Amino acid sequence: MEGVLNQLPIGLSIGAVLLLIALGLTFTFGQMGVINMAHGEFIMAGAYTAYLLQSVGFLIALPAAFGVAGVMGLVLERLLIRHFYGRPLDTLLLTWGVSLVLQQAARDLFGAPNVQVVSPTWLRGGVGILPYNRLFIMALAVLSVVAIWAYLHRTGQGRRMRAVMQNRRLAATSGINTGRVDQVTFFIGSGLAGIAGVALTLIGPVGPTLGTYYIVDAFLVVVAGGLGQLKGAVLAALGLGLLNSYAEFWSDASLAKVIVFVAIIGFLQLRPQGLFVLRSRALS
Amino acid sequence: MTAFQDSTVAAPAEPPARPVPAEPAPARWTRLRGPAVFTAVAVLMLVVAPLALEPFRLGLLAKYLCYAIVALGIGLTWGQGGMLTLGQGVFFGLGGYAMGMYLKLHDAGGDLPDFMVWSGVDHLPALWRPFGNPVFALAMVVVLPVAVALLLGVLVFRQRVRGAYFAILTQALAAALVILLVGQQGLTGGTNGLTNFFDFFGNDVAADGTQRGLYVLVAAVLGVLYLGARQLVRSRFGRLLLAIRDGEDRVRFLGYDPAAVKTVTFAISAGMAGIAGALFVPVVGIISPALLGVVPSLELVVGVAVGGRYALAGAVLGAVVMGYAKTYFSEELPEAWLYLQGALFILVMTLAPKGLTGLAVTLWRSVTRRRAAA
Repeated sequence: MEGVLNQLPIGLSIGAVLLLIALGLTFTFGQMGVINMAHGEFIMAGAYTAYLLQSVGFLIALPAAFGVAGVMGLVLERLLIRHFYGRPLDTLLLTWGVSLVLQQAARDLFGAPNVQVVSPTWLRGGVGILPYNRLFIMALAVLSVVAIWAYLHRTGQGRRMRAVMQNRRLAATSGINTGRVDQVTFFIGSGLAGIAGVALTLIGPVGPTLGTYYIVDAFLVVVAGGLGQLKGAVLAALGLGLLNSYAEFWSDASLAKVIVFVAIIGFLQLRPQGLFVLRSRALS
Repeated sequence: MTAFQDSTVAAPAEPPARPVPAEPAPARWTRLRGPAVFTAVAVLMLVVAPLALEPFRLGLLAKYLCYAIVALGIGLTWGQGGMLTLGQGVFFGLGGYAMGMYLKLHDAGGDLPDFMVWSGVDHLPALWRPFGNPVFALAMVVVLPVAVALLLGVLVFRQRVRGAYFAILTQALAAALVILLVGQQGLTGGTNGLTNFFDFFGNDVAADGTQRGLYVLVAAVLGVLYLGARQLVRSRFGRLLLAIRDGEDRVRFLGYDPAAVKTVTFAISAGMAGIAGALFVPVVGIISPALLGVVPSLELVVGVAVGGRYALAGAVLGAVVMGYAKTYFSEELPEAWLYLQGALFILVMTLAPKGLTGLAVTLWRSVTRRRAAA
């Protein structure tokens, strides 16, 4: 029983990381039809930002990583991706090329071996079965979701973003500068991946291929949660995180991914478009 | 779901099977051009290459031709059918492991395969037992990948899951399989995979003569599969596939079942990948998780994109070119290879989405047009 409970914070924190990653993916995918494989490298960039700033302070790393990853996303959007709107499969392959380049760049800058970021002392220890570092990751995800929700529903820029996501042409005809909205979406989405990278430094080492471990699962969250759906992404990320950790617990690590894959395929039989509308019971 | 449609899809640059009567009859050269080129390439590959190349180079070429067989399948599903599959490594691996398991059991001659002894397995797992039979193993090379693809295709395409969703799912399958293979060390050889083969149906697998024979076998299989795929593309089925790529809903409204066509195509390409994997094992001497994960699967797609996805020949050409490029650059400039590969890919996708064959066709057209105008 204790083992079952111990698995809970692990699953929830992995879900939280997946959520931070998937938020950016689901909005760029939902709004622009862009499948950004280089998103994983924004995670990696965020993690290395935390590594470089670890002497300065862990909390400074969060906004810094957001900025670094966000600017990288913005540059990618301006330079390449905007020429590919409406060709999702091509963006997938294009951004994979970008991700190869970024991985090799990280290898040249920081060396191929993994580096370790020393967690701040106030994140060591925990209460009962809840380690502070995992609690912190969950809190980070909750804060990000609340911030995104407030942005989408309480600001003018967020309203414009929802408009573009729902109907790009109509939004453009109504005078919304869709190109500007795309840039902001890309900046925020990539920035969140950077924050996810900082979170990951709390639970593991940092390497040039850090992003590749999470990107496939994050895409599965998008598929299961539904395009551009905040609620869907939250539920799917938590579900996938918990399923992952419990599948590892009850079978073994090598079977867990297969179980998750089968579960996703099974889930798509019920809801081929993903969760889409909020019906939390469909997932469990 | 219009956002999912590839707006750049243009008709592949192939002559129509039956010319419309209003057009002038094509010159004899135009009609014979395809078969003539195919024959020339076939002679080059089957007669000249085995005589001219030293064994090491011939072995490399055989390896690339194995990849080309997978690429042919990707050309069918992605180029013709518009289904981007990022998990062909899965089917390649299933075929490869089926062959590898037979060869391992055959080499062990009734004992346990070597890696099982090292992993502390004391008796042959039930999963392995039937693979001691060569007929069963060879059948599984095709049956396993086709069965997995059919199952996945039915479950996914029936639900109208398509486009990027399909690509993501196939990629997740590749990732899951690799983790499974690495984790089940006693059953699969773990990270090392299956290697150290000695005997291939009565021949010493390391001997030059065997490798030469294997090369010819691989090249012949590729040729036959290419002709078959070409025939398929020109058939009614192929027209339907193309129509589904360009407007799936319209095809459905006409009364066809796109899911069935897509599933069958996906299964055919999976079968090709399985055959390629099985041939790869004796040619290269190993099958391991590193050869069939997300990255190698994507690299194969990259090859197809570079060669030109809308022409089957482009897919084959791209796989061979990328194979050579990878070997050359990772020998000469190992640090630069990932940069080059990434840059090459970005360039091809931005400047020449139809790949090398697309460029060649454009050049050829401009030359012939100038000649006609003169």
